[in-house]
Amino acid sequence: MIVELPAAAILIGAGLLAPLVPARLRPAFLAAAPLVALWQLAGLAPGESLRAELFGFALEPVRVDRLSLAFGYVFAIASFLNAIYAWHVRTALEPAAAMVYAGAAMGAVFAGDLLTLFVYWELTAVASVLVIWARGTERAFRAGLRYIAVQLASGMLLAGGAAVQYAAKGSLAFDAVGIGGPGGMLLLAAFGIKCAFPLLHNWLQDAYPEATATGTVVLSAFTTKLGVYALARGFPGTEALVWIGTAMAAFPIFYAVIENDLRRVLAYSMNNQIGFMVVGVGLGTELGMNGAVAHAFADILFKGLLFMSMGAVLLRAGSVNGTDLGGLYKSMPLTATFCIVGAASISAFPLFSAFGTKSMIMASAAEQGHVFEWLVLLFASAGVFHHAGIKIPYFAFFAHDSGIRCKEAPVNMLVAMALAAALCVGIGVYPWALYGVLPFPVSYEPYTSAHVVAQLQLLVFSALAFAVLMRTGIYPPELRSVNLDFDWTYRRAGPALVAAAGAAIGTLNAACARFASASVGRFVAAGERAAAPGGLMARTRATGVMALWMAVLLAAYLLVYYF
Amino acid sequence: MRSDDRKYWLDDPGNVTKLYRGLWIVGILLVALDFVLHRHDDLGFAETYGFYAAYGFFACVSLVLAAKVLRRLVQRPEDYYDR
Repeated sequence: MIVELPAAAILIGAGLLAPLVPARLRPAFLAAAPLVALWQLAGLAPGESLRAELFGFALEPVRVDRLSLAFGYVFAIASFLNAIYAWHVRTALEPAAAMVYAGAAMGAVFAGDLLTLFVYWELTAVASVLVIWARGTERAFRAGLRYIAVQLASGMLLAGGAAVQYAAKGSLAFDAVGIGGPGGMLLLAAFGIKCAFPLLHNWLQDAYPEATATGTVVLSAFTTKLGVYALARGFPGTEALVWIGTAMAAFPIFYAVIENDLRRVLAYSMNNQIGFMVVGVGLGTELGMNGAVAHAFADILFKGLLFMSMGAVLLRAGSVNGTDLGGLYKSMPLTATFCIVGAASISAFPLFSAFGTKSMIMASAAEQGHVFEWLVLLFASAGVFHHAGIKIPYFAFFAHDSGIRCKEAPVNMLVAMALAAALCVGIGVYPWALYGVLPFPVSYEPYTSAHVVAQLQLLVFSALAFAVLMRTGIYPPELRSVNLDFDWTYRRAGPALVAAAGAAIGTLNAACARFASASVGRFVAAGERAAAPGGLMARTRATGVMALWMAVLLAAYLLVYYF
Repeated sequence: MRSDDRKYWLDDPGNVTKLYRGLWIVGILLVALDFVLHRHDDLGFAETYGFYAAYGFFACVSLVLAAKVLRRLVQRPEDYYDR
């Protein structure tokens, strides 16, 4: 049975063996593994499972259903594209860690129980931090440390939630939990960290842009989408998620407008897109859930494509800061074209992928009467075109000519971008292929004249707003800066607080020490006085007095004994 | 790095202005379509003529203006966390 050689094992095995493969053959070896995994997935049918028992726990290391299969397919496709994109990389660590990471994420979406999920969950954290550290810079190292601390915290919460559930139900099975279920809040917090919920989101903007040109592409595919999968499995129809997702979709776009590092802009737009998926899960309708899964699928491809184009720019031009770039379409016309395809896809232009996926979530929100949330999401849709769809290609490839003249991206990068772009357009033109692998049957029809016209109006006038603001000079210029976000609390306020607390404790400690040494001194002095000649302890007493005191003691004892 | 002095079509500001005007024409035509085609929508108020056009435009303008205010609050020097 094909289920006994899980796709996760294929990818993790390939990742572990990769360093032993000669460097010349390694790219081909790593590109082949996801194809084998995809072939394995194609042979699986919903309902199949692999059960095991460990230390008396009934486990289900592999459980196949339509939800896990949809994520499995796209993880395999993404890791194939990543392997092509990183074909030129000759070091062993990053590509190997990336493949183990992909395998761990693959294992997690097929995990039927919380213990298996936990193991893969932690493996994604450990493998992905190696991808960040592979950049080899001090900044990447420090960002990686902050990243792994947050990821491991998520793992601890997951373990806690699993323990509470096991204590209450005697089962580790990973099914719909709900906030009120045993361990529900712990699991929601664990998944929320991976999804980068508001205030739990900064690990993403902090760490992803610090990885290498190829590493960031890898990172963008798996961790957050694993979080979305876990939410879809554990918390479908949880009302609070509608609010959380709406906030997520709206607030990062303000930061994206003023951020200079274009890969960090994309990290903010990941938050924004995941917000839509979280809303879909929160709505919990068949349309909403399908929308969340479809949008996660499409997002992995278009966000990967956008990160690929920025990675190519980083490799060739040496920077992805808006302030340094501009006019690169002259040197990198193909990369610019692929970037624009990614931009059109994330912006949900008709014939591009998000047009048929994000709209399912919007339609479900409208159907359920969430008018306010719908308006905020529409604002976020206009905003995503503005900050990701226009800003990214504009500042990198157009704007004022920076004078940079460089080579076009390497062939392998162009091939990976071309494949990703083809998939984005393919899903856009023929969304029914994607609809066929969603958890529920789809009756949604994206290509109505009303939807096409409405979406084009929204996008064209968002573009006009950008053009008007640019031509009038109102648009804020790109500036080299750090923009404070919630991570300030643990990168600045926290350490400052600890330092202040440390100083206070130091002062208190010194005061206590002074008091203690003074007290001990006084005690010792009193003892010395007592033992000195003529002191209390050194006096001599008559035997008769001692005998009298003995008699008194015995009499007292006798009395106590009688009563 | 600075080598080729080849002139590109977009290097001429006149051509950029042409694109800009073209975009306005496309936008106006799209709004005009609302008067020809009854655009059915899940939410009644969204069927108003030019609703998406107006919403998109004002959403983006207010997004940018709000972001400018935000920048005043949160902007720090580039080496803020490295000091």
